[in-house]
Amino acid sequence: MARPAQPLTIRVTHWANAVLLVIMAGSGLQILVAFPYLGPRGQPFGFYPLQGATPPPALTLGEWLAGARHWHFAFAWLFAANALVYAVYLVASGEWRRRLFSPRRDARNAWQTVLFDLRLAKVPPASVGLYNGMQRLTYTLVLLVAPLSVLSGLALYKPVQLPRLTALLGGYDVARAIHLLVLAVLALFVVVHVLMALLHPRTLVDMTTGGHERPGAAA
Amino acid sequence: MTFLTPRTRRGFLAEGLGSLGLVALGALACDSARPQVGFLGLMERVNERLERALFDPRRLAPELPREDETDPALFPQYRIGPDFPEEPVGWALSVGGLVARPLTLSLEALRGMPSTRLRVRHHCVEGWSAVAAWEGVRLSEIARLAGADRRARYVEFRSFEPGYYSSWDLESALHPQTVLAYGMNGAPLMTEYGAPLRLYSAIKLGYKMVKYLSAVNFLPVRTGGYWENQGYEWFAGV
Repeated sequence: MARPAQPLTIRVTHWANAVLLVIMAGSGLQILVAFPYLGPRGQPFGFYPLQGATPPPALTLGEWLAGARHWHFAFAWLFAANALVYAVYLVASGEWRRRLFSPRRDARNAWQTVLFDLRLAKVPPASVGLYNGMQRLTYTLVLLVAPLSVLSGLALYKPVQLPRLTALLGGYDVARAIHLLVLAVLALFVVVHVLMALLHPRTLVDMTTGGHERPGAAA
Repeated sequence: MTFLTPRTRRGFLAEGLGSLGLVALGALACDSARPQVGFLGLMERVNERLERALFDPRRLAPELPREDETDPALFPQYRIGPDFPEEPVGWALSVGGLVARPLTLSLEALRGMPSTRLRVRHHCVEGWSAVAAWEGVRLSEIARLAGADRRARYVEFRSFEPGYYSSWDLESALHPQTVLAYGMNGAPLMTEYGAPLRLYSAIKLGYKMVKYLSAVNFLPVRTGGYWENQGYEWFAGV
């Protein structure tokens, strides 16, 4: 029997993550409303272009600072635990082989995908197994960046009780900048990811029902 | 969309509706206006257990060099009322509750006690941090002088600003970097920062540090606080 394109554990953790990420991002932005600057008092970080810009209400969750903090800290553990289940499954099941970027298999394919998307090539490269090279590269980069959101969040939550983690990230205010930067990266990914899924609705069905591996695809 | 067979379409709809139902149930149990009840309140209590387990009463926040001090003009001033409250005539701190020796301490008496200085990072619930140097008497010293009872697991700090108070877990209150401060940045504490006496600590968020202190009570129960009763977390350790 063919392996499903998206095994059950991947499907469940994917959709749980979608909901949890929205909750974490929305409540995080409502927390940012209370002090929409980066850098300690009196020493704003020069690299941050949005000093003083309040996040739009449509993107926030929690209504006010205490409400948003409760949402954020209530769902933070679920967000991290869900990600941990996904990571353990990815490794233990061997699924990482057909999902994560492997330069030998994917580098050339990823480059050809970029050329096609930029209209510099007429034919798109064929997917290798489940994904094309550019998908694998993107998913892998996101998986590398995302844990930073949890680590920087822990440093913000307990800067005194977790002194080594906080120092490793450059201190409380740098950790806060990292926390927001990771959100920006994940948000950019989500926008492109949702757009691509809508352009290829079959992936949406696969991620919900499991689907079958494409005929003739080499895993 | 020819690839959607009736069977997969049914499965797609069923799983989609199932997930939406779960999310709706979860969201119903969360009320942003009342974050201390329902699922949000339950998780605050879970988090408090984790925070207490993580809290090490001997771990000190790093002492910072003088260069790290925030420009005093930029260290925020907060008050809960429309005006900064005025110091009552004949002000003195009362220490009571479950203690062997209730005390009334004038500012001179407090200044005469062993003093502690700390220059540490201040973490505000709003997200900003700042640095100032503080001078005062450790709360552990007050507890020793008054003979605080073992049954007192909480400490309540009251202000002469009406309605302003907070209660703390005993372990955080007795931390060596928790002080009743009468000096800031090498000068007497100013009205804008809580004169004549305020609570200062390296291990709590700023809103736990009651200004314009009038009383310290060692209690067997927690009594909430001005910010806490509005919905902010009670433990609020950093």
